Amino acid sequence: MKVSGPAIKFGKNIDTDVILPGKYLVLVDPYDLAKHALEGLDPDFPDKAKKGVIIVGGKNFGCGSSREQAPLALKYSGVKCVVAETFARIFFRNAINIGLPVIECKGISAAVDEGDELSVDFEAGTVQNLSKGKSFQVAKLPPFILEILSDGGLIENLRRRMKK
Amino acid sequence: MNITEKILAKASGKTTVQPGEIVDANVDTIMIHDLTGPLAVEAFKKIGTEKVWNNKKVVVILDHQVPAESIKAAELHKTMRQFAKDQQLRIYDVGRGGVCHQVMPEKGHVVPGTVIVGADSHTCTYGAFGAFATGIGSTEAAAVMATGKIWLKVPVAIRINVDGKFGKYITPKDLVLNIIGKLGVDGAIYKSAEFTGRTIREMSIAGRMTICNMAVEMGAKNGIVEPDETTRKFLQDRVKTLPDFAALGSDKDSTYEQTVAFNVAELEPQVACPSSVDNVKPISEIGDVPVDQAFIGSCTNGRMEDLRLAAQIMKGKKVKDGVRALVIPASMEVYKRALTEGLTETFTEAGAMVCGPACGPCLGGHIGLLAAEETCVSTSNRNFIGRMGSKEANVYLASPATVAASAVTGKITDPRTLEAKQ
Repeated sequence: MKVSGPAIKFGKNIDTDVILPGKYLVLVDPYDLAKHALEGLDPDFPDKAKKGVIIVGGKNFGCGSSREQAPLALKYSGVKCVVAETFARIFFRNAINIGLPVIECKGISAAVDEGDELSVDFEAGTVQNLSKGKSFQVAKLPPFILEILSDGGLIENLRRRMKK
Repeated sequence: MNITEKILAKASGKTTVQPGEIVDANVDTIMIHDLTGPLAVEAFKKIGTEKVWNNKKVVVILDHQVPAESIKAAELHKTMRQFAKDQQLRIYDVGRGGVCHQVMPEKGHVVPGTVIVGADSHTCTYGAFGAFATGIGSTEAAAVMATGKIWLKVPVAIRINVDGKFGKYITPKDLVLNIIGKLGVDGAIYKSAEFTGRTIREMSIAGRMTICNMAVEMGAKNGIVEPDETTRKFLQDRVKTLPDFAALGSDKDSTYEQTVAFNVAELEPQVACPSSVDNVKPISEIGDVPVDQAFIGSCTNGRMEDLRLAAQIMKGKKVKDGVRALVIPASMEVYKRALTEGLTETFTEAGAMVCGPACGPCLGGHIGLLAAEETCVSTSNRNFIGRMGSKEANVYLASPATVAASAVTGKITDPRTLEAKQ
């Protein structure tokens, strides 16, 4: 599985309340959630993400609440993948479970400027900054997690496995 | 093995586990609430299984937007009630329960040595009883409801050893803020935080809950305290059969990545300033911070001993003009006891508003939201941008004693400087 797109950069400890404020948790349509993605930091984010982007985050991306609406809002706003130094664990699992690819890459923040074209290869475990000609080898996700991602999320993965 | 490893080994049918190992664990109990539950129900229906794996092990609690403040919330509640009815699940509805993390142990759903997952990040609170408890998302909750299993990476553990006696008006909340301030919001990321030492052994269940509750604020997978007589006292009339506590405890030769020592003897009240939980300062360094709202409640600090402490400070005093004080008991059990003990009267006499058990302003969804430029001093657990309403509002986190004192003076105040009437 590979994804590519321009980078949008955020800092460290990006929490789920700025990714999706609590007052929107009553919304059920993921496209409605997407309208408020990262509203706490950049009200124009949904517009910028529309074309399909890769978020580059610092350490502890997605800290805070267990709200799955946070990765959902990102996914449906057009985010193809989040690359961060480290992730908060619940956000990391939630993203995989809803089919939003996430990968840890130490040193990524310093190696990327806003708008750089990135490419991530999950099987190979590589993150490339095509604009700057830099490449990172990262820890690969375990095969069963790659399977969940390539199925499009945990529910699709379970449906397939339960049919067997 | 340490206590967390022992629980995960047992839950996955192994004699031993190593940090970093991925295990397929059997889940003992799962909790979903009104904001994470509807997504879980939708995902559960998509999986295509008709019934949950065990209807005695799934608990539904309505606590975030209760009573429903909008038609949207009412619809979500309706979904949850219907699901509970169809699946014959235990549901704690409006007026019957309260904040999920208070209701779970009160109603006997938390058993030491078990694996509990909840679709809420503060599920780690149940570590106070020696359970392995961690937060998950809605889709994962659906998968657990269908299969009764979850994959978990055995976490590396850090030990937080606490010594010393708390001074007057210094509380476990001050301790946990001090710990998070020192270790940082990712100081325990992916790890197990095991709280040990004499101060923890002498600490009440409520205090242990406050500390384990906030383990997630430093990124921890779980917070945990070995169960003991204090645990037994709280649970014996609530849980049918308790396991052997001695076998559960961490072995003497357990390995920890790190042991960090804290001493509360000289600790002064701690405050987490906007907008990060690790932006913690001792109250003497806070300066002059006027407040518009003071909130006492939440899964972190809405228990009897929190309310007693706040009432002790507010008794015979008035909430400062221009300040609104909200007191929200964490459960119906706490609510009733607060009434019986006269605390509700103390608060209302002081000019505070006592609301029904719910999450309240903590997550900015319902009741007590903040306008731009307003400041709230709160006993809750997060002070992120926009957490409690406007993203131009400021939230300071502190103990019930500090919040009560601040409500009276109108600015963030060291409770030790107010003369308390007994």
